[in-house]
Amino acid sequence: MEIQESKIKSFVTKYNSEKKALISILQDIQEEYNYLPQDALRIVSETTGIPLIDIVGVATFYRAFSLEPRGRHLVTVCLGTACHVRGGLKILEEFEKKLNIKAGETTEDGKFSLQTVACLGCCAIGPVVVIDDKYHAQTTIRKVVPILKKYMTKRERK
Amino acid sequence: MINLIMNGLEVKAEEGWTILETAKFYGLEIPTLCYKDGLSPYGGCRLCLVEIGEGPKAKLVSSCTYPVEEGLIVRTDTKRVIETRKMMIELMLSIAPNSKVIQDLASKFGVTQVRFKVRNEECILCGLCVRMCAEQMDGRAIGFQNRGFKRKISTPFDIRSEECRLCGGCIYICPACQLRCQGPEADTAVCNACLTMEPTCLDHYDDLQCWMYDAGRCGTCVREKKDGKEQVSNTK
Repeated sequence: MEIQESKIKSFVTKYNSEKKALISILQDIQEEYNYLPQDALRIVSETTGIPLIDIVGVATFYRAFSLEPRGRHLVTVCLGTACHVRGGLKILEEFEKKLNIKAGETTEDGKFSLQTVACLGCCAIGPVVVIDDKYHAQTTIRKVVPILKKYMTKRERK
Repeated sequence: MINLIMNGLEVKAEEGWTILETAKFYGLEIPTLCYKDGLSPYGGCRLCLVEIGEGPKAKLVSSCTYPVEEGLIVRTDTKRVIETRKMMIELMLSIAPNSKVIQDLASKFGVTQVRFKVRNEECILCGLCVRMCAEQMDGRAIGFQNRGFKRKISTPFDIRSEECRLCGGCIYICPACQLRCQGPEADTAVCNACLTMEPTCLDHYDDLQCWMYDAGRCGTCVREKKDGKEQVSNTK
């Protein structure tokens, strides 16, 4: 995807180029491109005057930001204590097998990214799988394929 | 002037001094690793811990970052401080056993074993190089990235930074980049050669015949101490 310099600059000027707004700026970029492109961070550094290394430090500190391109759909499998004892790990393995990627990776066609999380705070409905802000409660291994099919086009389902 | 009590002595400190600076002024030794004159204090290595307050309210603070207060009671070498300090050295030794600075600290403070898994990571995240780059070299080429056990020091995107002028300041100041001396048992985790060895040349000469500044501590001309008192068993 092309990085438009004017677009990044508009994100920065939205917050009056203030240094304290760094996280908000990064959030806007993440929302636009689904990840933080290197060139975009360089432009942010030039326009705000924050050293590039400090921006990278913030971007790598928070799990919400990604320096690698993410897939269109983000699959998050909960491995917190409650989900873990109810088989969260097996569900993760099933996702890994079906998507043919490891946790933290993205499929080759750029459709799905898979990641784990320690706890989402909704242990009562565990094991939980979250795909693009939609919570799938009481997941089992058998539910993995039907859930994934919802996010595929008709042709891919075959 | 601020009045405080250090190891039972009444001392005076200037406004804005830290406990460490006051101790240095009065000649009290507090070991440090991540503190260097000319760089901002970081409080990362926890070697400069001192105990402040008295009784059950006494607590450990890093003296390099703690500013002096009126009436503060500081003790620099209590049992608690010494035990904690040894633990910090042991932890750092398990991460970077090839560092001369840390091996020397271990010998100096009598750390003779490492009970943790040796990780050989060659970085203890003391942040000296980051501060050296930013504060003395005006570079800002390297910094901390990630968090938790993935935390590391690197350039942006792990490629050569445009800010870097290859000045070498980061390597100059790095405690883990100074490799340990090749003592008789160089492959064991804890060296302790300084504790168990003595130079042989003193049998024949009054002065050390060592060309190295380290006076026979490199381990090439040394033998085990004759009196078995200070024998220290190394853990393999």
